[in-house]
Amino acid sequence: MTGPQIIFLAAAAVTLIAAIMVVTVPRLVHAGLWLILSLAGIAVLFIMLDNGFLAVVQVAIYIDAIAILIILAMMLTRAAMSDTEPQINRMWLASAFASLIIMAGLLWIVSQAPAASRGPLVDAEVGLDALGRALVDVDGFILPFEIASVLLVAALVGAILVAMTPARGD
Amino acid sequence: MSDPFTTIDQFIKNLLIGLGLEAEVTEVALNIVGAVVLGLLVGATAIILIWAERKLVARIQDRLGPNRVGPYGILQTIADGLKLVTKEVLIPQGADRYVFIMAPLIVVTGVIGIWAVMPLAPGLIGSDINVGLLYVIAVGAIGTLGIMMAGMSSNNKYALLGAFRTVAQMLSYTVPMILALLIPVMLAGSMGMSTIVEAQGSAWFIVLAPLAAIIFFISSIAEVGRAPFDLLEAESEIVAGFHIEYSGIAFGMFFVGEFIHAFTIAALFSVIFLGGWQGPAVESFPLLGLFYFILKTWFMYFVVIWVRSTLPRIRIDQINAFNWKFMTPLALVVFMVTAILDKLAVEAGFNRAAVLLAANAIIVLGTLFLLRAYATSQRRRLEVTERPQVQRSEAASD
Repeated sequence: MTGPQIIFLAAAAVTLIAAIMVVTVPRLVHAGLWLILSLAGIAVLFIMLDNGFLAVVQVAIYIDAIAILIILAMMLTRAAMSDTEPQINRMWLASAFASLIIMAGLLWIVSQAPAASRGPLVDAEVGLDALGRALVDVDGFILPFEIASVLLVAALVGAILVAMTPARGD
Repeated sequence: MSDPFTTIDQFIKNLLIGLGLEAEVTEVALNIVGAVVLGLLVGATAIILIWAERKLVARIQDRLGPNRVGPYGILQTIADGLKLVTKEVLIPQGADRYVFIMAPLIVVTGVIGIWAVMPLAPGLIGSDINVGLLYVIAVGAIGTLGIMMAGMSSNNKYALLGAFRTVAQMLSYTVPMILALLIPVMLAGSMGMSTIVEAQGSAWFIVLAPLAAIIFFISSIAEVGRAPFDLLEAESEIVAGFHIEYSGIAFGMFFVGEFIHAFTIAALFSVIFLGGWQGPAVESFPLLGLFYFILKTWFMYFVVIWVRSTLPRIRIDQINAFNWKFMTPLALVVFMVTAILDKLAVEAGFNRAAVLLAANAIIVLGTLFLLRAYATSQRRRLEVTERPQVQRSEAASD
């Protein structure tokens, strides 16, 4: 086994084990911490694919923003810090079935990819440039990009509305 | 001397290959050694940092500071470190054992990790990735996670309160910090740390973007959680905040981590806005670059200490109001104005520095005018309304 293979197997193992822990540990806060480890494993996989940009973005967005917000929300919830609830309820069979279907779909999509695209990725620098241009190109992804911005603005306005103290009588 | 660092690197590599090691193994081994040495050096700097800070703060407060252990008390930190190492690390009852132990490690890792992309001198950089600045933000924010873990695993309400404050403060101040960092990225045309330093050959970015520099400096002090933003460990309110239950070397790691973090933001400021290793005669003597970098970093560290020992701590609502109602809008305006003017000025052939400086000056004047108008209207409102009503409105805003 070569060096990269060992690193890949280790990172994949950590990612998967952490993912399993997320759905099995009894304490909600621990699940959040395992989720962070799992996301960090994916960042390592991005580095293995020679795409430092996606790896850094993975850490910045998923670990620094999303995972920390999830844990913060848990900390604010009543008694979530020491809650130990069973991780399985009566819907477990249905959800296992649903996730299997999603996994089968993903596997099918990956297997449909043309063989040429399975080689090494394009040079990260060129790919990054193209990504930036495609996001604001009329022929590219400007519509989804702008819709995402509208969604974020809506979320911001919503957050302000929720947090606003009702009329102070000024 | 063409490039001493590459020469040394080549020399060690050739030596090891000559001793019978494979080229690939040598490369990996040297990278690991380099990372360990860099991390240890940064960690060891803390010994001097703590001494210098205690001495300086003492001078500013008209005291002597440490002066018993060694000349000028310079060995005081080592004595304190030995004391911390020999003390027991207590884990409180009901604490989340593994999370509790991991928290200080994550805080220190997040800080030292930033140094991987710090350009110390021309050609002397741990890893010159093209998304260096994004990496700095991503890795730097991991410290927040460590502090949250410390707060929630300690089984102590003060620690938890400290963690809440940390998240409120650190996450909010990341917004103006990132907006301010976008401006040097635009000016340099790259997120790579070496490219940013090289782009400052003619003019440091503090000249081209003084407002961005100030916003970055303030928000990074808030990120470190130093006075006047040291609410997360306000002794008078929540005892010590997130590290209340920590003792021995576990506390020592938080302590050292905070000092290194302050030094790191000083280094970041000098790299991004003060030209890093740029200086006279650097082309012919690259080693001078290291000297310039260290000089600028220590100067910025002095400013951090100076701010810390001069300003009082501010309230949590003031911190967030200052961030969301002042820093973030200002950073947005500066960002947009710089983006448009930089593009137009370069195309129209104007002097880039003059245009950007003028724009910054106009923004400063506009901000001061708006602040003055706001303060006047507030004062008039307070003068008109009766006293009880004022108190009620203050209570509602708390």
